[in-house]
Amino acid sequence: MADTKAAEMKVKVVKEPSLMTGAVPTRDWWDVEAIFKPGNYCYPAKKSIAEYHGKNLPGLFGEPRDWEIESDDWQLPENWKEIIINGIKERLDKFRSLKIFMDCCVRCGACADKCHFFLGTGDPKNMPVLRAELFRSVYRNDFTTAGRILGEIAGARPMTFKVLKEWFMYFYQCTECRRCSVFCPYGIDTAEVTMMGRELLHLVGVNTNWILEPAANSNRTGNHLGLQPHTFKENAEFLIDDIEDATGVRLQNLNFNRKGAEVLFIIPSADVFADPGIFTFMGYIMLFEHIGLDYTISTYASEGGNFGLFTHNSLMKKLNAKMYAEAKRLGVKWILGGECGHMWRVIHQYMNTMNGPADFLEMPKSPITGTVFDNAAATKMVHISEFTADLIHHGKLKIDKSRNDNQIVTFHDSCNTARGMGLMEEPRYILNSVCNNFHEMPENTIRDKTFCCGSGTGLNTGEIMDLRMRAGLPRANAVKYVAERHGVNMLSCVCAIDRATLLALNQYWNPEVQVCGVSELVGNALIMEGEKERETDLRGEPLPGMEG
Amino acid sequence: MRVLKAFIAVVALVLVALVVAQVPGGQSLLGIVLPYLAFAIFLGGFIYRVMYWAKSPVPFRIPTTCGQESSLSFIKQNKLDCPTTKTQVVGRMLLEVLLFRSLFRNTRASIHDGPKLAYGSNKWLWLFAILFHYSFLVIILRHMRLFTDPIAGFVPMLEFGDGFLEVGATTIYQSSFILLAAVTFLFLRRVLRPYLRYISLPADYFPLLLIFGIGVSGILMRHVFRVDIVSVKELTMGLVTFSPSIEGQIGAIFFVHLFLVCVLLAYFPFSKLMHLGGVFMSPTRNMANNSRMVRHENPWNDPNIKPHSYAAYEDEFREFMVDAGLPVEKEPEPAPAEPEVEEAAPADAEEKPKA
Repeated sequence: MADTKAAEMKVKVVKEPSLMTGAVPTRDWWDVEAIFKPGNYCYPAKKSIAEYHGKNLPGLFGEPRDWEIESDDWQLPENWKEIIINGIKERLDKFRSLKIFMDCCVRCGACADKCHFFLGTGDPKNMPVLRAELFRSVYRNDFTTAGRILGEIAGARPMTFKVLKEWFMYFYQCTECRRCSVFCPYGIDTAEVTMMGRELLHLVGVNTNWILEPAANSNRTGNHLGLQPHTFKENAEFLIDDIEDATGVRLQNLNFNRKGAEVLFIIPSADVFADPGIFTFMGYIMLFEHIGLDYTISTYASEGGNFGLFTHNSLMKKLNAKMYAEAKRLGVKWILGGECGHMWRVIHQYMNTMNGPADFLEMPKSPITGTVFDNAAATKMVHISEFTADLIHHGKLKIDKSRNDNQIVTFHDSCNTARGMGLMEEPRYILNSVCNNFHEMPENTIRDKTFCCGSGTGLNTGEIMDLRMRAGLPRANAVKYVAERHGVNMLSCVCAIDRATLLALNQYWNPEVQVCGVSELVGNALIMEGEKERETDLRGEPLPGMEG
Repeated sequence: MRVLKAFIAVVALVLVALVVAQVPGGQSLLGIVLPYLAFAIFLGGFIYRVMYWAKSPVPFRIPTTCGQESSLSFIKQNKLDCPTTKTQVVGRMLLEVLLFRSLFRNTRASIHDGPKLAYGSNKWLWLFAILFHYSFLVIILRHMRLFTDPIAGFVPMLEFGDGFLEVGATTIYQSSFILLAAVTFLFLRRVLRPYLRYISLPADYFPLLLIFGIGVSGILMRHVFRVDIVSVKELTMGLVTFSPSIEGQIGAIFFVHLFLVCVLLAYFPFSKLMHLGGVFMSPTRNMANNSRMVRHENPWNDPNIKPHSYAAYEDEFREFMVDAGLPVEKEPEPAPAEPEVEEAAPADAEEKPKA
């Protein structure tokens, strides 16, 4: 739990002097040093983990070592500045986005109060414009004429250890949610800047364990949690018992690593492991059983999520490559993906470019409705919400909406599926079909303007709880609004990180509101063949009218 | 004070022009040499900058999707905020470039007891940005009177639309005053709003003050210190026809005006003003959201980056897999040797992340 009690935090975020609460900083931003103290940073990666990544992708993860963030000696390589400057040069040559985003900002300030980190902390450097200026100032110094000639007047400053500390602090107080890029008149996307910044930090071995360790696990065992094949299978099968308890039906179709299945189904691994993701998983496999889908789940490609995205594009590619490799090995026709935000950012915007073409797969076609998913014609991977919405639209599901009547539901768009894909109405279509009580949060906090859970991009770690609760405040506050106005008690989402982090966030800010995946509510509503009279939902809570 | 630095710079520029205009040969320098030089720098610098951007590839298709994707037949795609075709992208870009679509979304957040966050409508920046850019455009087009002979047909029409009031023989053009008002707003906003003052650099104040100086000198020249317009036109036409000469007494205020314009032109390619070119090239706006429909090529995609192979995975876990009833590619040998593990993750993975 967070270090600061919620009651205290409620006052702090309003009264504490900050740029958000109307106090004016007395020192210019470049004179304010980043000071690390327990609670405001993620722990550095263990030496062994950094070594592991360095072995797989030489040169990208710096010198493995044990180091302390609070220390003034990060044991950086002698030529670390040179590495960073050369790294910037390389990235300018590789990414047009970086050049444009470095050159075009006019500092109009439209992005300033759009960032959840700024809204929750009031820290000026959490305004997207200043976060990017931390990078831009170095860029100007070494790569622009004006910066070289005019120096400080042109807003240029040389790379120093002080700057490096700022980079580490603020590139890890950004969840790459892209909300700022919606409002920017030039579409400047801080996610791009942060991604580049994190890549550069990795080059000199400045990293966090919470990201690198799951990435290492994912590479070796197939999933973030490091679940080995037998454990992954057991965990998933264990949930069949729970489904049987709730419905009286024992699912027969769950299977793993089966060659020749029509569809490979890939989920964020937390869905077989962590509450409440497991209920979402139950929803998936009940749905597949209900429609008789010929599918298989892989233990090798058992992670949809991709913590590589939060480190370096090469690691993202390496981890993601398993999906196509496994689809090819198993000889499936197409791939279906579960509910996960950043997993879908990678699949939608990067996968086919990095690891395609997927010419060994077929055009995805629903075997139940015949719908051809031509929006996935090249990548050949369909989102579970697209798939489910199509089933519902064609009347292929037997649904009893009233089973979700105890749930007064709202929907949290995850940043990645909303702003990096455009998946907005599909989950809503499903929700409106499987529950009777659905209420939207305020307009400025949903769809393309959705607020991050505050813990994305590998910030979902316990050591920065206060920060996470602050960064999640805008989301929590919108939930509170509908909880008070409509009695909302269930926050649904299509993201595994959300399922974990919104739970913690709600426990802190809105203890009365639970968190679920959309597919869980589908599972509750599905009338399974041969089921007993359902008395509880998938969580074992009594259904409406069964409370006695 | 960053604003002071910019202010001093602009005042110094005005003084330089006033002084140079008085020294022998100074008017030729300000009226002929510098305009050519500035225009060359502007043109060359602008093209260089755009080429510099264009030289780098766009490795990934990363549009910011601000509306519903194209997916199922019964779900309506938002074609302008989440385009999938070139035409739709052009539509999105037109909205962005001509109407400042993204800025129009602007809101203002505030935090209140509770805590309670509120997001109010905030269109002032959008309004004054539109006023600023369009009045600037009208003014530039009006100036084509000086560079065309006979005068281009659109100029009188524009002047007719722009002039709302005649004071004596001089028409007052509203665009001039709207520009000044908009610049003033944008400047005051920067100075008065704490967070804007905090993020503003001299490079943010300087162009605003410079443009203010250009506007004021222009208005003064037109309405207060009248200059000899015939001589001005002779000079400007001379510049266009590459036979420039300065005849008669034009008046120092003209040279101040012209000098500031030259500075703006020469400054342009090295500054944030390049957003004029950048807005067309921003990958989050000018790309179709069709990355699942059509494969986007990355020229530097590294084919050598391979996944940890299934074979290595099975080699490491084969016994467990067989015991758990998971199918394997290779049956285990009767007396299994220690599996060869190439890339084993360290075993000291204690904390289990939740996602």
